[in-house]
Amino acid sequence: MRNKYSIFSLIKNAFSYHENWQKAWGDPEPKKEYDAIIIGGGGHGLATAYYLAKKHDMKNIAVVEKGWIGGGNTGRNTTIIRSNYLWDASAGLYDHALKIWENLSQELNYNVMFSQRGVMNLAHNLQDVRDLKRRTHANRLNGIDAVYLSTEEVKKFCPIINTSPDIRYPVLGGTLQRRAGTARHDAVAWGYARGADAMGVDIIQNCEVKGIKRNGDSVEGIETTKGFIKTKKIGVVAAGHSSVIANMAGLKLPLESKPLQALVSEPVKPIIDTVVMSNAVHAYVSQSDKGELVIGAGTDDYISYTQKGSHQIVEGTLNAILELYPIFSRMRMLRQWGGIVDICPDASPILSKTSIKGLYFNCGWGTGGFKATPGSGDLFAHTIANDEPHKLNAAFNLNRFVSGDLVDEHGAAAVAH
Amino acid sequence: MFLINCPYCGERDQQEFKAGGEAHIERPKQPTELSDDEWAEYLFMRKNIKGVQFERWNHAHGCRKWFNMVRDTSNDEIKAIYKMGEKPPSQ
Repeated sequence: MRNKYSIFSLIKNAFSYHENWQKAWGDPEPKKEYDAIIIGGGGHGLATAYYLAKKHDMKNIAVVEKGWIGGGNTGRNTTIIRSNYLWDASAGLYDHALKIWENLSQELNYNVMFSQRGVMNLAHNLQDVRDLKRRTHANRLNGIDAVYLSTEEVKKFCPIINTSPDIRYPVLGGTLQRRAGTARHDAVAWGYARGADAMGVDIIQNCEVKGIKRNGDSVEGIETTKGFIKTKKIGVVAAGHSSVIANMAGLKLPLESKPLQALVSEPVKPIIDTVVMSNAVHAYVSQSDKGELVIGAGTDDYISYTQKGSHQIVEGTLNAILELYPIFSRMRMLRQWGGIVDICPDASPILSKTSIKGLYFNCGWGTGGFKATPGSGDLFAHTIANDEPHKLNAAFNLNRFVSGDLVDEHGAAAVAH
Repeated sequence: MFLINCPYCGERDQQEFKAGGEAHIERPKQPTELSDDEWAEYLFMRKNIKGVQFERWNHAHGCRKWFNMVRDTSNDEIKAIYKMGEKPPSQ
């Protein structure tokens, strides 16, 4: 049984110098067999396990993670949450997630620090203006809050932006989704891990998957560094390494894995109280609760699993940031890192069954998966439990690459990589 | 970021090059007879290997010629570079 976090538990534990807090999740050895195994202990994988246990009454399940939970892209992203996507299928998927975010801290009894500070997308040329207006209309038809802002309104909402007409890419307007914002990335993984563990899910860290055992067209289990584990259902939520797992099962996926970089500055006092994204010049920035500017850079265009990324990508992003925010010109960057993102040809994710019975993939989130974490876990759990997709993720099946019914969000969303 | 030894221009910064993805994917000889599954395989499905991978590169800001490369994607180490039409080196 998990103790509930509250003001009273905080006071009670203060008396023992916070040395006796209950462990938030256990460290079990793998059992011989599970009803389902999730490969990948990031936010999406842990959320999947949580909803399998909570909504589908599957308690005998495990999450196996190569490193430590939340140590992959969950701990490497820029924590932006929004749902202002152009196409109906994407709007449904991402707004489903946003609605869960709005109540997630209460549901998990874990503060994920979800902050609806708004996300603003800037337009820098006439085509941007047309695209963003079109997207605003599409969002509103789908019940997603969106407003179009003039240059003056952009300036009013975020006064530090340089809206002068004589910069290289002047700000011609923008959109604003007020329900959008940020959350604390680690807390999301930890909150779901704690919630799943409390319902009996085994979270097995430092356990790398080495092979997938098949019997004809169905799965029998996984080979890991901690031995063979039997199961009839495997949900793969391995982000950049999805293709590696797929190759173990003899499958190919329509994915390419590339390094995507982000960086943070030295911490400063509050200066930007929203998230501003610019597709055309590829710059987006927000400020963390610690005061660091959180800046997202771009992807390298070659396949790599190095978690590094090239210097010129960072340089290009900072050039754009400085033109838009001259006030940042003397700030120093503190840390830079890369994460390996799995990109689909249509820049939309895959939440799908495969040609192998009992093998499911949740991948292809590319450069923007964090925002979808709760929705992705919920819908993927539904897909695994029922062996059928939910209506919200039906369009994100693997077969769309055969039928041609793609969900083309390239450039239609916010920042094209 | 690394250096690439273009078979036509010599060693240059990777920034000058454009990656062209997996190499040796042959265009179907009789496109009209392909099933949808076969088209999907040709157009979209990729090995996306972590480790030694055969891929195409283009010297976009140089001679603009295409060539092939064998590269370890787990550490970006280039194993071999060979021209289009040449036989890939055996690993």
